[in-house]
Amino acid sequence: MKKENTTPETDQHHSSSSSLDDEQRIKVLSPSMLVFKRFVRNRLAIAGTIIIAVMFLFSFVGALISPYGEKQIFESDQQMSKDYASAAFNSDYRFAVFDGQTLPSAAKSQMLIAVSSGASTYEADGATYYLTEEGEHFYTISSFSPLFSVTASALGYSYLGDASPEMKAAFEAAAANNETVFTVGGTEYQLSKNGKRYDVGSVQRLASASLMSFDAAESGYQPTAEFRYAAQKALVNGETAFEADGIRYSLEAEDDGGTVSQDGKVIVSISPLSVQAVSGDVFLTVEFKQSLRGAIESNAFENNELTFSFPENGEDVEYRVVRDNKTYLIKRMTSTRLISMYEAPSAEHWLGTDGNGMDILTRLMYGGQISLLIGFIVIFIETFIGVILGGISGYFGGWVDNIIMRLVDIFNCIPQYPILIIIGAIMDAARVDPQLRIYYLMLILGVLGWPGTARLVRGQILSLREQEFMTATEATGISVSRRIFKHLVPNVIPQLIVVATMGLGNIILTESTLSYLGLGVKFPYASWGNIISAVSTVYVMTNYWFVWIPAGMLILLTVLGFNFVGDGLRDAFDPKMKR
Amino acid sequence: MKKFVAKRLLINVVILFCVALIIYAVMRCMPTSYIENLAREKASLPGAKSYREWLDQLNELYGMNCGILEGFFRWLGNVFRGDFGESWEYNVPVIQKFKDVIWDSFFLGLVSFFLEIIIAIPLGVLAARKQYSRADYAITVFALIGVSLPTFYIATLLKYVFSVQLGWLDLYGKVGRFYDQLDTFGKILDVAQHYIMPVVTLTIVSVGSLMRYTRTNMLEVLNSDFIRTARAKGLSESKVINKHAFRNTLIPLVTIIGGSLPGLFGGAMITETLFQIPGIGWTSYQAMTSGDIPFSMFYMVFMALLTLVGTLIADILYAVVDPRVRVN
Repeated sequence: MKKENTTPETDQHHSSSSSLDDEQRIKVLSPSMLVFKRFVRNRLAIAGTIIIAVMFLFSFVGALISPYGEKQIFESDQQMSKDYASAAFNSDYRFAVFDGQTLPSAAKSQMLIAVSSGASTYEADGATYYLTEEGEHFYTISSFSPLFSVTASALGYSYLGDASPEMKAAFEAAAANNETVFTVGGTEYQLSKNGKRYDVGSVQRLASASLMSFDAAESGYQPTAEFRYAAQKALVNGETAFEADGIRYSLEAEDDGGTVSQDGKVIVSISPLSVQAVSGDVFLTVEFKQSLRGAIESNAFENNELTFSFPENGEDVEYRVVRDNKTYLIKRMTSTRLISMYEAPSAEHWLGTDGNGMDILTRLMYGGQISLLIGFIVIFIETFIGVILGGISGYFGGWVDNIIMRLVDIFNCIPQYPILIIIGAIMDAARVDPQLRIYYLMLILGVLGWPGTARLVRGQILSLREQEFMTATEATGISVSRRIFKHLVPNVIPQLIVVATMGLGNIILTESTLSYLGLGVKFPYASWGNIISAVSTVYVMTNYWFVWIPAGMLILLTVLGFNFVGDGLRDAFDPKMKR
Repeated sequence: MKKFVAKRLLINVVILFCVALIIYAVMRCMPTSYIENLAREKASLPGAKSYREWLDQLNELYGMNCGILEGFFRWLGNVFRGDFGESWEYNVPVIQKFKDVIWDSFFLGLVSFFLEIIIAIPLGVLAARKQYSRADYAITVFALIGVSLPTFYIATLLKYVFSVQLGWLDLYGKVGRFYDQLDTFGKILDVAQHYIMPVVTLTIVSVGSLMRYTRTNMLEVLNSDFIRTARAKGLSESKVINKHAFRNTLIPLVTIIGGSLPGLFGGAMITETLFQIPGIGWTSYQAMTSGDIPFSMFYMVFMALLTLVGTLIADILYAVVDPRVRVN
């Protein structure tokens, strides 16, 4: 093989080439032109070149065109049915204790027993309470404080304790008419008869109890007990206005509740339905509660579910009411911001999104950049070290050759994947920055890969250095380094190109395998291998083919492309192979 | 010949020594090693000693309380006595674990090796005989696709098709769920069934290079003068190919096949890991990722040894098979 690759002859014959027949033309083609011609004739090599060109365009130009970034995470608003409120018709009495009074809890629980047995007095903790039914499920609880007692006899009434003459007169009138209540000076008094003995005392209203709940129109407003009592009293009596705490309110009765307003402004709605928001920071308006009540009372449940809408900010919002025995759960379609994980391919994301909500097509483009860059840089490092060491070794021979070749043997013996896995684990433990890690990976792959190149260069140079042109270089006094790198190495370049092209594919394979195992290129950087690594869970493999099939195809195609080209180049450089 | 082998053996011992030293140094570099994790774990127990104390104690226990060089020579001394230490990850002597798992790897390798030879050599010869024909292109493309396929991708594809979609084979493992209830024959079938996908994966991935090698060598032989002579004297084409050409192609083939025999014991780390076949590959993958120095050291030195033995066998076979080759 001769050193010179190009001869100027081509141009001279170019103009008259049409007059020459094929055989003559081939004879005068330069060696590189011959190689090129042979290469072009190989269909597989052309296919490989096209594949590689497309991969470059896809990775480098595609990434520019793509509207998305490598690390862009996509989120979307999704309508989700979320629990909004719960509602139930009151079955427990709600107590409203009047100002300045107390009602012990024993009195509350005893009251419930009294209500169910229909008694009008009951005892709790030794005190006597009076229960007055003011309306349906509406009671007042009063206490009795005795003032004096009276014993009736044939001689008349004998009083024990203080009693004013007016009281006495009023009492006697009441006792004669068998009444239990009499009024003196605007105050009500109660008398309880026990055989011939009467106990007279003042009645104090302690609390009211009802099944109604009072929903304030504004958050924070708490209706007073006086207000509640007066409002319900008015409701029972069918009045349209009442007074409480010195303020006049108007009342509008509804089916089983009512609305209290002051100066035309709704203040409180009274209803047997109590509604609670699930989230503490949501305030439910009176109007909402009323329309909810209307919906529930319309009883249009289908499969224990019904829907109703309620305007919010001018838009109707759909609510779903789910009935569960006596309670109702109100669900609302709420929009929630979610990372679009594993989204199926669509016009927006042609290959869908991955587990981190990133666009797979864009990730593939950036992954291609990294995979191709790693391939080229590693092959450069490999060739660089290999040519220098191989050249020195081959040229000098002797002990230099011996040492370098033993070094080659040692590197050859180090099992590649195990050592890469261990180094990957070391980098994992040292928390190497993902970007720095890519550089380290290039360096390590390059350092591990040079022995093959060195062996090839040495072998070629061993035979080349015995040839006449080397004697000529020696005779002309060219320096040793020039002799090696200017005159010997260029003759190895055809083989180097072939080996490097094939090696590129191998490096991409190694890198993607390491990334697949989680020991190569790391998140957030994309590489074809780490895109596929999502498949290590069976769930992703089964359900999201679009995450891993394209990445694998790209690896396969790229490596195949390099192998086609390498194969074609070898055939082209070495015409002996052709029959 | 004897002198050549003796010299090579001596050089190989030196190489093996250097490789072991390099691997040992790299292994000791692991910042979060098995011992440190263990010490951290023990120190977090209630009423335990401090992390430092545990670390010192465990380092002494595992013989790691010395520098890299000293540790290496200590390890080497034990190895000469046939003691590779106890695996930290598996808590059994390294050799015993190795004996437990090596045969799975070997059978896996052997079956795919046979398949490889059966497929690659006839196809390679065919491709060479009909160079640039449609068959040649098809075989070349097939071979190069095999070479270009990432192991993990073809394994996943096979799993996807045969396990997930068709449901014929199990995704992972060496034995099925009902292995213990089967009779001996059923057990063999069960394991064989679980070996199908790993074997296919290994074969697809490695068949290409042997096919290419066969084709290249066959082409070289077919282009040589003695084939032209054979044709010129009017031998039938089948005789030319089968007797004259193929026998000469066998020389490099036998060499390379002999050279790759030791590799059968090396296991297929990636494939075994993907299919969770408890062979030497998967076992040492787990050992390496957990920082189990004794087992990893053993495995890597074993691998280096296999490479050296393979090269030596190939070189010797080369001289033995082809009488034209003179040693040295």
